[in-house]
Amino acid sequence: MTSLLEVKGLVKSYSGVHAVRGVSFSLEAGEILALIGPNGAGKSTCFNMLNGQIRPNAGSIKLDGQEIVGLPPRTVWRRGVGRTFQITATFSSMTVRENVQVTLLSYHRRLWSGLGYAGAAYREEADALLSLVGMEQQADRPCGELAYGDLKRLELAVALANQPRLLLMDEPTAGMAPKERVELMRLTAEIARKKDIGVLFTEHDMDVVFEHADAVMVLNRGELIARGSPQEVRRDPHVQAIYLGEGLLYDAKHREEAVQ
Amino acid sequence: MKLEVSGLNSFYGQAHILFDVGFEVGEGEVVALLGRNGAGKSTSFRSVVGLVPNRSGKVVFEGEDVSRLPPYEIARRGLGYVPEDRRIFTELTVEENFEVGRQEARPGVATWMPERIYALFPNLGEMRKRPGGHMSGGEQQMLTIGRTLMGNPSMVLLDEPSEGLAPKIVEQMADAIMTMKKEGLSIVISEQNLHFAKLISDRAYIIEKGRIRFSGTIGELEANPEIRDAYLAV
Amino acid sequence: MDFLLIQALSGLASAASLFLVASGLSIIFGVTRIVNFAHGAFYMLGAYAAFTLTDRFAGPLGFWGGLLVASLAVAAVGALMEVVLLRRIYQAPELFQLLATFGVTLMVQDLVVLIWGPDDLMGPRAPGFTGAFSLFGRLVPTYDILLILLGPVVLGLLWLLFHRTRWGVLVRAATQDREMVSSLGVNQKWLFTSVFALGVFLAALGGALQIPRTTVTHYMDLSIIVEVFVVVVIGGLGSVTGAFVAAVLVSELNAFGILVLPKISMITVFLVMAVVLVVRPWGLFGKPDAAPRASAGISVRPWKPMSALERGGVALVVLLAALLPFVSGSYALSVGSEILVFVLFAASLHFMMTVGGLASFGHAAYFGLGAYGAAFAVTYFGVPMEAALVLGPVLGLVGAVLFGWFCVRLSGVYFAMLTLAFAQITWSIAFQWVEVTGGDNGILGIWPSAWASTPQGFYWLALGVVVVGVAVLRMLVFSPFGFGLRAARDSGLRAEAIGIDAKRTQWAAFVVAGTFAGIAGALFAFLKGSVFPETLAIPMSVDGLVMVLLGGIETVSGAVVGAVVYKALAIWLMSQTELSKLVLGGIIVLLVVAFPKGIVGFIEDWRHRRPPAPNGAGPEAMGIAKVEAAQ
Repeated sequence: MTSLLEVKGLVKSYSGVHAVRGVSFSLEAGEILALIGPNGAGKSTCFNMLNGQIRPNAGSIKLDGQEIVGLPPRTVWRRGVGRTFQITATFSSMTVRENVQVTLLSYHRRLWSGLGYAGAAYREEADALLSLVGMEQQADRPCGELAYGDLKRLELAVALANQPRLLLMDEPTAGMAPKERVELMRLTAEIARKKDIGVLFTEHDMDVVFEHADAVMVLNRGELIARGSPQEVRRDPHVQAIYLGEGLLYDAKHREEAVQ
Repeated sequence: MKLEVSGLNSFYGQAHILFDVGFEVGEGEVVALLGRNGAGKSTSFRSVVGLVPNRSGKVVFEGEDVSRLPPYEIARRGLGYVPEDRRIFTELTVEENFEVGRQEARPGVATWMPERIYALFPNLGEMRKRPGGHMSGGEQQMLTIGRTLMGNPSMVLLDEPSEGLAPKIVEQMADAIMTMKKEGLSIVISEQNLHFAKLISDRAYIIEKGRIRFSGTIGELEANPEIRDAYLAV
Repeated sequence: MDFLLIQALSGLASAASLFLVASGLSIIFGVTRIVNFAHGAFYMLGAYAAFTLTDRFAGPLGFWGGLLVASLAVAAVGALMEVVLLRRIYQAPELFQLLATFGVTLMVQDLVVLIWGPDDLMGPRAPGFTGAFSLFGRLVPTYDILLILLGPVVLGLLWLLFHRTRWGVLVRAATQDREMVSSLGVNQKWLFTSVFALGVFLAALGGALQIPRTTVTHYMDLSIIVEVFVVVVIGGLGSVTGAFVAAVLVSELNAFGILVLPKISMITVFLVMAVVLVVRPWGLFGKPDAAPRASAGISVRPWKPMSALERGGVALVVLLAALLPFVSGSYALSVGSEILVFVLFAASLHFMMTVGGLASFGHAAYFGLGAYGAAFAVTYFGVPMEAALVLGPVLGLVGAVLFGWFCVRLSGVYFAMLTLAFAQITWSIAFQWVEVTGGDNGILGIWPSAWASTPQGFYWLALGVVVVGVAVLRMLVFSPFGFGLRAARDSGLRAEAIGIDAKRTQWAAFVVAGTFAGIAGALFAFLKGSVFPETLAIPMSVDGLVMVLLGGIETVSGAVVGAVVYKALAIWLMSQTELSKLVLGGIIVLLVVAFPKGIVGFIEDWRHRRPPAPNGAGPEAMGIAKVEAAQ
């Protein structure tokens, strides 16, 4: 059986500096996988290679057994990979609904049409996606004046518009209130399980990671140094030495689990 | 008081960001400004050092009202600022980054030379000719602090020094901040990470939606978990 | 062989001044992020000032001292402009900065004629370098050798300045992050002023050094600025080394291009630039801009289609316009037709600029191509007006397809400079290829069909075409294509991540805009009965930009209002004053500084005034989130 996502020997260097050196992992449908590591460890580079924004120097990325290295982001998206961005990237001159509508128009390959009012297209579908993430009340607001947490939710709605099989989320809960974080990650997990979507996310908040991920990978200086369940990773002395430290910086609950 | 901020109101365009923000820092004290992303921490710091053009309120530094001064004048009075996203000069070497921050020695304040900063952050000493862009996140954070220290400040505002760093590096950062405190610097850090703030601060303020909601010692904050849960992303 | 060597040396000598001007532009851009259109004007001022000083004070000291003093004086003028004008617009969108500095260029052109007169001036020879020496039996001026040596010397001095002095380190730091530099205790205002003065000094020196080689003219500013734009696009904005290499490359291409294609030597340079841009879109030594600023707009409010009431209002205005021939005379109608033509031209530019985020500084190219296309159709194929109005714009379309493919690879100022360069190439072809285009004499006798030959008839024709054209453009704004285009403008990253081919979408918008500009151009040819190279020239492109800006760059309908007001004003102004460039330049500067949202933007702001949101859910919360998230 092939995995949803099969990454092998991914390498990327910029002018001689190795950002990512030989990263390999796989991700199953319905699995929620966290990628953690210090800034500059290569997380963003990995993400950008997965959705085609950056072309790796070497390695292979297979989605359902099909090679996607070398495809531009828009083609990777058509193959069923949705993504949210670390610094939210939405269309700020449009309303919330229009943001989803333009995505749906693209999904249905209707964007080259010069006829008709696009604001009337796929309204119901757009509203359904918005209510899925709890944004239906704000559908008519200009996207440029949304709060940060709402932008993140809009990004999730947009990322779900093409019925993705794989969802890439770059720091999905940054800037959200604790309650919102839990809700968003629970929502994400629910959608992922129901629709059998594989989720890969990066996160700096160890509490979110340990709470919501099925499995955790640790990236350091461009190399994966650990992969396992949250408990295994937390207890890994190598990870503690390089990344987690003495555990002074995450919730006591998780720290105690690690010590046990 | 080393720094007294009162009635600070700041705007970006038409958006009103800070509402009557006020806080105080004593000589040699380490104070934490806690709050979530978007709560107004960075805007508070940027307003204090003069980087938000549209603001009103009073900023008194060492007894002098500096609220009408441009950023460089405030920096020249010894109030140093370390921005959230480090903002090192990636094309410049470590030494050149220090050169940009260099200011004349200030009477009564610890004088920093590159050698002293290399002693504080030994990693940097091994890469003096390296361009800032070719350094890891932790090294860049050390560089940005060192660069501000080169201005011989008597007080430093550190905006989210732990952000995006490996927990391990954050622990090193805490040590460095304690060293700076021993040198006599007054320090304000803005943080989302309560665990980190607790390690180093004497007192804390909590900011939420542009307003100060809590002020007290770390012990008082510990004793009020409902405040923590209401305003902080822990 | 020896002939080629001589040609190469002559090219190198020309490169010196080009390098000085381009490096000045690059240094200024590096720190201030402003592409200083007025750099050509400072080059010209340097030449004029040096002419006056060297004329007054003879001898070696008079000559070399004159060059130096002239350059320093012009640098002081530049510093003054920085303090008075640029400090007000550092935060403005790139387009506004380009326009404001272009406004200064216009003003300087009239001022130079006022001070030094319209005639070309001949400067003195350089004392001690009047001779020539013989190389392979050919003569090489010694002054050329001096210039050839000067280039690398200046390059070396600049390198030392930037790497071995504190000022240089501060400048390099400010190039990356101005705000951070000021938070570290550096007075960046004066740093900016000194950088600007240095850049202007280099430009003025470049101009002053030219006086022993060429005549001093009052149009040398535009010719150098286009070449400089080509140089910095090839070399990479912000890179002094890039400016040097590209200046040498362009000068050599010019020197040898004349041998291969004497009529259209610009073509060789263009081809090289095209290749460089395909391989390295940010130039040979440039770096991709980490976060390119939005090229248009300050804050775009979501657009809505017109309400029934608004539609009724528009219908009424069109009806009133259609009734004009019953109440006014021939002159008013021909003015009306001209205004209509420019309404369509401005609307097409607005479509690509505001909707597509592609601020073109060379939109006249497609207007002019449409005009020439119509003229060719009439002159060479003898077709009637109706057919020519269809065939003409095809040339605009073809031009937009070809040039647009390159242009949309770039964004922001690079895009603006490249569109300008392409327009200038089109202009020089129209100007130089006399056999086909008639060169400066243009093509005459492009008359409309009988039914449209009266002022009334032509007015109605123009009104019909323009109303349909503007309606189609407006429909496109709200169509799925328009949505895709706005998506690509707002966030190219996100657009690509939702399956939009941003570049192809922008290319299509470029072609649409070029075609509609071509339609306007074809109408213009029949309105005037003739075509001249001026239809392709820079002032025409800038006219379009000013119309859009005057109307309001963020609005859907501003271009129409802007075109009507501006064109009426310009026609009136031309009849009132000799110094129209001075007045127009002043108006542009004033607009950018004091009135950046334009007429319609101003009205819309007034209409959308609303009370602040009641609680934290309003703009206040969003403001912090956005600003802090952006950091």
